[in-house]
Amino acid sequence: MVNMLSVRNLQIGATVYPPGENPKDITIVHGVSFELERGKVLGLIGESGAGKSTIGLAALAYGRGGVRITGGEVLLDGEDILKADKKGIRQLRGAKVCYVAQSAAAAFNPAHKLGDQVIEATLEHGLMTREEARERALYLFKILGLPDPNNFGDRFPHQVSGGQLQRAMTAMALCSNPELIVFDEPTTALDVTTQIDVLAAIKNAIEETGTAALYITHDLAVVAQISDDIMVLRHGETVEYGSVQQIIENPQEEYTKALISVRQTKQREAKDQSNALLSVDNISASYGNGFKVLHDVSLHVPRGQTLAVVGESGSGKSTLARVITGLLPPTDGTITFGDEILPSHRKKRTRDQLRRVQLIYQMADTAMNPRQTVGQIIGRPLTFYFGLRGKKRKERVQELLDEIEMGSGFYDRYPAELSGGQKQRVAIARALAAEPELILCDEPTSALDPLVAEGILDLLMRLQAETSVSYLFITHDIAIVRAIADSVAVMLQGKLVDFGPRSSVLSPPFDDYTDLLLKSVPEMELGWLEKVLATRRMESAGN
Amino acid sequence: MDTAMDDGQPGRRSLKQRYPLTVLILQRLGLSAGLLLAVSMLIFGGVEALPGDFAQTYLGQSATPQAVENIRSQLGLDRPVTTRYFEWLGNAVQGDFGKSWASGNSVSEQIGKRLGNSLFLAFCAAIISVPLAVGLGMVAVHFRDRIPDRIINIISLAAISLPEFFIGYLLILFFSVKFGVASFPATVYDGMAFSDRLSAIALPTATLVFVVLAHMMRMTRAAIISVMSSAYMETAELKGLGAFKTIIKHAAPNAIAPIVNVVALNLAYLVVGVVVVEVVFVYPGMGQYMVDAVTVRDMPVVQACGLIFAAVYILLNMVADLIAIIANPKLRHPR
Repeated sequence: MVNMLSVRNLQIGATVYPPGENPKDITIVHGVSFELERGKVLGLIGESGAGKSTIGLAALAYGRGGVRITGGEVLLDGEDILKADKKGIRQLRGAKVCYVAQSAAAAFNPAHKLGDQVIEATLEHGLMTREEARERALYLFKILGLPDPNNFGDRFPHQVSGGQLQRAMTAMALCSNPELIVFDEPTTALDVTTQIDVLAAIKNAIEETGTAALYITHDLAVVAQISDDIMVLRHGETVEYGSVQQIIENPQEEYTKALISVRQTKQREAKDQSNALLSVDNISASYGNGFKVLHDVSLHVPRGQTLAVVGESGSGKSTLARVITGLLPPTDGTITFGDEILPSHRKKRTRDQLRRVQLIYQMADTAMNPRQTVGQIIGRPLTFYFGLRGKKRKERVQELLDEIEMGSGFYDRYPAELSGGQKQRVAIARALAAEPELILCDEPTSALDPLVAEGILDLLMRLQAETSVSYLFITHDIAIVRAIADSVAVMLQGKLVDFGPRSSVLSPPFDDYTDLLLKSVPEMELGWLEKVLATRRMESAGN
Repeated sequence: MDTAMDDGQPGRRSLKQRYPLTVLILQRLGLSAGLLLAVSMLIFGGVEALPGDFAQTYLGQSATPQAVENIRSQLGLDRPVTTRYFEWLGNAVQGDFGKSWASGNSVSEQIGKRLGNSLFLAFCAAIISVPLAVGLGMVAVHFRDRIPDRIINIISLAAISLPEFFIGYLLILFFSVKFGVASFPATVYDGMAFSDRLSAIALPTATLVFVVLAHMMRMTRAAIISVMSSAYMETAELKGLGAFKTIIKHAAPNAIAPIVNVVALNLAYLVVGVVVVEVVFVYPGMGQYMVDAVTVRDMPVVQACGLIFAAVYILLNMVADLIAIIANPKLRHPR
């Protein structure tokens, strides 16, 4: 019997243009093979650069940018789509194989109504009449749980939320009744509570329509909920390929084992949390347009410990960090550091007050001057706060480089020559150079691959043990909170909904929102999604 | 959860949040009117501050202080500047620009015919250059970084770098002096047959087309390239749409705003830049009229021409702004 999709020995290459060198051809995917049966889901998992999106797009005979498929076969119903001509490929795309992009917000055309875009491919390929396609779209909006499905199609992309757009994109892919859908990280850009809804909607839609799918993600816990088989990829090669059960419960390769064991506790919770280094009392803040982003927030960071601030996008957690650093003066409330009250505006703070609070950003990339070397970047606060120059400064920078486990060989490198994890380490060294008592970490690991993020967290914990620096760690990832926090603050729409030692916030009795947040985090467990959804249904039935 | 961030209280939302389109359009209209008023002051003040004096120039050798004084009082120049400004503005709003000092004829009447001539020339240049520029821009995108794109780029750059009078003289040299295929000077008169009129303005039109083509072409190319690289174009391609449909349906609506903007800017330039070209080709339009008026210090004419040019410029830019605003779905369909 012919499988719906078989990929055999797929080779994909690209031409890269390194600055100052001649263009060269590189290979991105080295001979990957897999089979997919009708109605099944295969999860492709790996870090960034593993080639998973590239493989997914190859199922549509498409290469992004300068990417070319250089060898192998992609057989759809036994026919090699790589040998098809332009017209053949066009008839395949949008009809037999559809694509769901990571960022639906960018993938929808802002100039057209959602409904028209959803049925466009179906009409283009003459698969249905306009009326039939509309009805199909309505049916899909319903099974995907979109609000007001009858009128949803009349709205424009900017009029609905990110989670809704992602579901609309899934409807768009399902509309033409394709045999295969390629999901490219469809929930990565979403908040956890939204992610679970979208995930459930996608799973439900796949079951209802019986389509097959390639599900691309970097999150093993997500893929475990939705796939039948999993392929683990690294550097464009297959690491391990097997059923979900085998990969999750009995991984063979070291790399897969490492991916699975990422989420583990690193730090015991400190017993005494009363010795506050920083206290924030009744802080309210708003941006220029008068929109209030923080409402009466009070919390404290114990000396030498870690406070994790959790919440979804728009909850005001980054604003809180801006208020503490003095970048955004609060409209109300006080900030006490040690035993002195900090002036609310950064310009009124003394140099020493500035030195004691440092920041690490989510995107280390944009927080560093690309024209400065690592040595200059780390050396700058040394001169600014301590007046170190010349040889002394260089020695101190090298010490710091050793502390972040990079070594003095990086002294003359530029940020562009570093990997994502290395850049974040340099950012940490820059913060450490000021010898701060508190470091505000604004999602420092969320742009990094899991294993790299793990390394950064280990580093931060080691530095805390050595220098007893305190952290205010902003994150949306509950797994990180469980791993490193001593105390936890939960924020929702600019308000503090829960605050206390980790053990009390993360164990019952829960605050309602904290409960929802905790239950939405995917766990590395088969059938977890069904369990959560069943609980939800029972709760809503109980109400 | 999806709408958790919404305020959900329509009563508290401001007018601007509820009707962003209407508010923005009214703002633009108000701004344009204010701008025109400011420009009128500048023109009046600027002309006022010009060195030289009509009476002096007009009388020449026979300028006795008494004669100069007579003419000044005759023209009302002895009254305060503000009085004259408001009187002039009040009349101008009603379409009356006063009488020419030099000829004593009504400025509005004289301008009327010449403005028609100028607009006709600019219009001919526009209907050739706009489609040509947008078309060439699309061709350049299609052959991006290949030979046709480079050729289009080089020619258009050369055209934009040469001043229009130089291009004008080059065209005259080749097409009417050497080969004799075009007529020069480009004189038109009442009762002239339409076809004769068209052949008379062939060279000035060509000159203007050369001057504005490059800018519009390059902006069209840039606008389309930026739209083509967006994620929704990939979506369209992965839906199996043909290249032509992708561009017309998905790229064009999003490229309209930047293209319209640069087109309007160049049309405005056409109407204003026509001055030099008209002089070169001895074409009886506004430009020629204004230049003549400046030489004899015929202030009412200079002021009227200046104000009309400014009004056209502002009007075209306003129209471009309005189209760009209306083309933005976020403003047309607020949340």
